[in-house]
Amino acid sequence: MNLKEKAKVLDAEQIDKALIRIAHEVLESNKDTGSLAIVGIRTRGAILAQRLAGKIGSIAGVEVPVGALDITLYRDDLTTVAEQPVVHKTEIDFDIHDRVIVLVDDVLYTGRTIRCALDALIDFGRPRSIQLAVLVDRGHRELPIRADYAGKNIPTSQKETVQVKITETDGADEVVVAEKEE
Amino acid sequence: MAVTWKKKDLLDLESLSTQEIELILETTGSFKEISQRPIKKVPTLRGQTVVLFFFEPSTRTRTSFELAAKRMSADIVNIQTGSSSLTKGETLKDTARNIEAMKVNIIIMRHSSSGAPHLLARSVAPSIINAGDGSHEHPTQGLLDIFTIKEHKKKINGLNVSIIGDIAHSRVARSNIWGLVKLGANVTVCGPATLMPPEIEKLGVKVTYDIKEAIEGADVINMLRIQLERQGQSLFPSIRDYSMSFGLDTEKMKNAKKDVLIMHPGPINRGVEITPDIADGPYSVILEQVTNGIAVRMAVLYLVSGVKERVG
Repeated sequence: MNLKEKAKVLDAEQIDKALIRIAHEVLESNKDTGSLAIVGIRTRGAILAQRLAGKIGSIAGVEVPVGALDITLYRDDLTTVAEQPVVHKTEIDFDIHDRVIVLVDDVLYTGRTIRCALDALIDFGRPRSIQLAVLVDRGHRELPIRADYAGKNIPTSQKETVQVKITETDGADEVVVAEKEE
Repeated sequence: MAVTWKKKDLLDLESLSTQEIELILETTGSFKEISQRPIKKVPTLRGQTVVLFFFEPSTRTRTSFELAAKRMSADIVNIQTGSSSLTKGETLKDTARNIEAMKVNIIIMRHSSSGAPHLLARSVAPSIINAGDGSHEHPTQGLLDIFTIKEHKKKINGLNVSIIGDIAHSRVARSNIWGLVKLGANVTVCGPATLMPPEIEKLGVKVTYDIKEAIEGADVINMLRIQLERQGQSLFPSIRDYSMSFGLDTEKMKNAKKDVLIMHPGPINRGVEITPDIADGPYSVILEQVTNGIAVRMAVLYLVSGVKERVG
């Protein structure tokens, strides 16, 4: 299956602005910055989480703990995928008990990844609340899950894919909508 | 790491490629964290059944596999030799076929005959994990040893690893040799000539009968247990004599590198192959090996459980 690039929906500057806006919104909704923590879903969500924590830190002058979550072991499709996906490290070095966790991912689509992440996160303890921040919300939910903070809503068809590219993993910051070619 | 896992079973390290070994090591690194959580459980193997089929005594390996499977939410059944139908004359294959008919997913097996897990792997559909077969291999022990070395030394390639003791009867030695040589380590084996298997050099190792030579320049020293239960006859004059010549003690350690790692697969015969001050000393990673054992076994369970093609 090949992908044909259709449109660039966010460039590096727009991604940065979106993260700054989310940072402000997170601070607006959470006055008690001392109990905030950011957890990103590997791979790209974890990088975005680092950036978001940096922005919140520089706006509010606080150091927000950041963790990375690998959700592979919680996936609901392990019995149907052809090969076992590679398991990466989960790194949450702080106690999540009674904290407000902002969960970060690159794209919100079916909601299944978020469902896995909620299960994975709750295995670490009982946070006071979990909020969801995503760079792109593309619709087509299969579960009752929604984002508290979204960088951009992009209506898509299910034939399309949304590719979030991040400098650390893909060499550049951009969001592209592509179409699957049969 | 482009390779994906395609093997139904884990029978030995001999048949694994370097990439497959590296995939297991990498996956192990990700699983290690789970055992440090307050809630040591992930749902990955929910609904899968794991049978522990042990024909030889074992505390460490069986407990380690059992904890690994439980921490991944699998259901576990223990079959002990003494209480199984094998004592009524049923063949190994028939017992295994019956277990297979109960729709289990993974059989973890220890047997005193070399090759027994290979026989089962060919006859039944569930994944077979070898937890030690005779004097042949003990792949998960080899993997956890290599993982522990890599954690400390950050690499395997180019390291000098000495394996000292009863090489002839040791499945741990063989799995270590296969794995370490594939990953580029320089392996030296050392022990009395009566405990050295013929043609061991063909596995790509150096042989010495002088423990001093094995200790000098070694980055890692892996001490093996004297397996009195596998020796038909006495292969050395006395335990005391063996201990004097091949036991690791403070005196012999004087020639060792300052950052050497001391390993032992357990159970330790204190005062025979290793003195307590060395086994409990600062160079020893013996208990870390045990901790890492669970992560290695979780990784192996994860990888084999994903193989969908099951040819019985």
